[in-house]
Amino acid sequence: MGALQSYGLRLQRKRWRIRALRKRRELQTVADRTDIIAPQDILLFSTQRNEKLRLPHFLNYYRDLGVNHFLIVDNDSTDGSVDYLVSQPDVSVWHTRASYKRARFGVDWLNWLQRRHGHGHWCLVVDPDEFLIYPFCDTRPLRALTDWLDASSIKSFSAMLLDMYPKGRLDAQPYVEGQDPFEIACWFDSGNYTMKRNRQYGNLWIQGGPRSRVFFRDMPAKAPALNKIPLVKWDRRYTYVSSTHMLLPRGLNQVYDEWGGEKASGVLLHAKFLDTFSAKAAEELERKQHYAASVEYRAYAQSLKDDPDLWCKWSEKYINWRQLEILGLMSKGNWA
Amino acid sequence: MTVGIVMLVHTALNRAEQVARHWTASGCPVVIHVDGNVANRTFRAFRETLSDDQRILFSRRHRCEWGTWGIVAASQSASEMMLEHFPEVSHVYLASGACLPLRPVQELIDYLAARPRTDFIESATTADVPWTVDGLDEERFTLRFPFSWKKNRYLFDRYVELQRRLGLKRKIPNGLVPHMGSQWWCLTRQTLSAILQDPERETHDRYFRKVWIPDESYYQTLSRLYSSNIESRSLTLSKFDFQGKPHIFYDDHLQLLRRSDCFVARKIWPHAERLYQAFLTDGSGAMKKTEPNPGKIDRIFAKAVERRTRGRPGLYMQSRFPNHDWENGITCSQYSVFQGFSELFENFEPWLAKITGTRVHGHLFALERAELAGGQTIINGALCDSAAKRDYDPQAFLTSLIWNTRGERQCFQFGPGDNQDINWMIARDPNAQVSVISGAWAVPLFRSNRNFADLRKEAARLQKIESEHLNILRSPYSKARIRIWTMAEFVEAPMEPLQTILDEIGQVSPRRLTEAPTMVNLEGFGQFLQNLKNQGMHPYLMGDFPVDRGLSDAPKPARKPYLMR
Repeated sequence: MGALQSYGLRLQRKRWRIRALRKRRELQTVADRTDIIAPQDILLFSTQRNEKLRLPHFLNYYRDLGVNHFLIVDNDSTDGSVDYLVSQPDVSVWHTRASYKRARFGVDWLNWLQRRHGHGHWCLVVDPDEFLIYPFCDTRPLRALTDWLDASSIKSFSAMLLDMYPKGRLDAQPYVEGQDPFEIACWFDSGNYTMKRNRQYGNLWIQGGPRSRVFFRDMPAKAPALNKIPLVKWDRRYTYVSSTHMLLPRGLNQVYDEWGGEKASGVLLHAKFLDTFSAKAAEELERKQHYAASVEYRAYAQSLKDDPDLWCKWSEKYINWRQLEILGLMSKGNWA
Repeated sequence: MTVGIVMLVHTALNRAEQVARHWTASGCPVVIHVDGNVANRTFRAFRETLSDDQRILFSRRHRCEWGTWGIVAASQSASEMMLEHFPEVSHVYLASGACLPLRPVQELIDYLAARPRTDFIESATTADVPWTVDGLDEERFTLRFPFSWKKNRYLFDRYVELQRRLGLKRKIPNGLVPHMGSQWWCLTRQTLSAILQDPERETHDRYFRKVWIPDESYYQTLSRLYSSNIESRSLTLSKFDFQGKPHIFYDDHLQLLRRSDCFVARKIWPHAERLYQAFLTDGSGAMKKTEPNPGKIDRIFAKAVERRTRGRPGLYMQSRFPNHDWENGITCSQYSVFQGFSELFENFEPWLAKITGTRVHGHLFALERAELAGGQTIINGALCDSAAKRDYDPQAFLTSLIWNTRGERQCFQFGPGDNQDINWMIARDPNAQVSVISGAWAVPLFRSNRNFADLRKEAARLQKIESEHLNILRSPYSKARIRIWTMAEFVEAPMEPLQTILDEIGQVSPRRLTEAPTMVNLEGFGQFLQNLKNQGMHPYLMGDFPVDRGLSDAPKPARKPYLMR
């Protein structure tokens, strides 16, 4: 990496920070409880739109892991989810009607909130349909992980997105509020992922899984990215570049070992493919607020007409993190 | 006679309090040193909460930074206080706030009482152990380290370099032989007081003050001067990872720790509630003893280090993406590639599957689709047969396939008509067994019913591709087990090469081959090659094939399949 390129990234980082500063004006405070955040607290940042159905389980899941405070941006919901969030004592809520797309899919809003409230905290940035799994998550709270990361001088923790799906039609088993979505969508693809290095940012670009297998069978290059770095010991100078796929400064993207060893990593179970998906896909197609002119949602809409079964004979049924570790989707690294 | 505990504390004061009370409950006096970096207010509150216990004292505070003298100074002050205030103490045990007694304290007292003259301190000469992680072993004792490693790594490193270049060396005080070892020791009053009351102590301290990580060498070196009986091991169970920092114990290690036969373990995560509950009980509440199995802890932590440094061979994932040549195994297990066999033999794939019990695929890298075994469209790991997906990253396709089918050997066909992007990877992979019958691609052309002009063009193309592939296989960078026969050679005596390949696969029944695959009828093949030559296209990869001149008109009986007995 030459000095010039390095300087280019520095300028880019500053640009995203200024943009976040500008986009903060789009956020209206609905409930600001950030004064109760203690110095050691683990924070969770998220954007949501009409996710009332999912929020109760989402909040409980992360409370159980040991998240202390939730900072959530609501993008113009109409289903009462804002009222629900406001009624939660450990949630701070901001509201905006502005364009999700023009806030670079929410990244600008969250970059601002993290800059304002996340400095010096372990920050988790996830969507309401993403559930973090890390080594020993059944016996050790998130704090054990962040303490260990601190002790090992590790600043960022990778957790690849793992698309979960049900067996049979997506709408066969409707999701009920508060339910664990993986009671329904408990299947995943275990071994069809591809990885490329992004030389500019230093991150890995991971593709594959059921979306690539079914929706992008003939154009795998267009399949969505699955690499994510959701857990970061935040500093106000940091910024996410594109969703939680990559960060600046680029050293934070070095979550993989290049000399044969394995670093510790987790998985984000992705509860996207439930009965709610068809409606969501149709709506998002209408709003055109998603990545790359919603190419993803266009592909879905195309296939969803025939209501495809994402399940196949070689789908793997989810059991626990140890299973994911053995399959090689995540690693304990040297955490024992 | 009892044991005194010197406890170095810097965080998780509530846990330190719990452990200190546990020690005194069994009659062991405790002297606590609280790191000078802890705020005064916090310190005073901590001292206040423990003021009800007369057997807990607080020593003068020093600032402790990792790798510096402060930790030694702290243990010196606390030890002096211990020896002075508690004359009944015969052994002093150095522990930290994150240490947890695993066995009832009385057992430790009895154990030490039975060994009144023994010092338990891990102490080895630098030349003999490869423990050090940072590369400074001998030099810890001969260079100076005025800059902080934690805060000023750059100056630290540069100054070390400078001293090396100038050949600067410190003199080691007379009589000292540098020794190193775990900083957690248990010394007798005699040895400890001899170290602390040595008339030369000023010299020793001045020297060690500038040694790198003196807490791992000060007592370890000096006890060699005074002790009559050193047992070079630590009574504290402490495991270190590849960076030299201690592994941490959590609630889920409870069963492991119960089976350790060590007296004290570190480092315990301060929020490991179950561990503290389970081990900090009085004798009556203690869990019943289990068969000690300390080896298990060793194995678990050794495996963790191994995973971090070497990883699982053949795995490519979000946190393991090795650079070229650093894969430590390009694929995770052995597999076989056959080139030209399914062209030359009519039923090669089913025959191979039957005789070896392996999974035999067709041309995995065929242009239309990956020909997975049994005509499947999808295989283990939900890997599918789409050519577009495979060609997007052929290497990932193959490594995933081999990874997904761990425990079952994979065989597949390959040829010049396939996607060639995978060639270098297979050639570099020691797990690959590549068997090539060069020129066999001509057989399907020979048997096809196409215009000769097309055949000539196609033959030229395939020959060029295969020739390039053979160059790769023959390059000095190839690590696969590669065998190449010309077709002429192979047809001459096919059983011997087949036997060799199958022996190497190693899953064949010990008997010799009895059933051979059927070779296609090659009558007229020589003439076919001659025709190509006559058209100016010289096929050479198949070796010298005799041209059937058609002199004997009598039709030969159809060739029987080979049979060896």
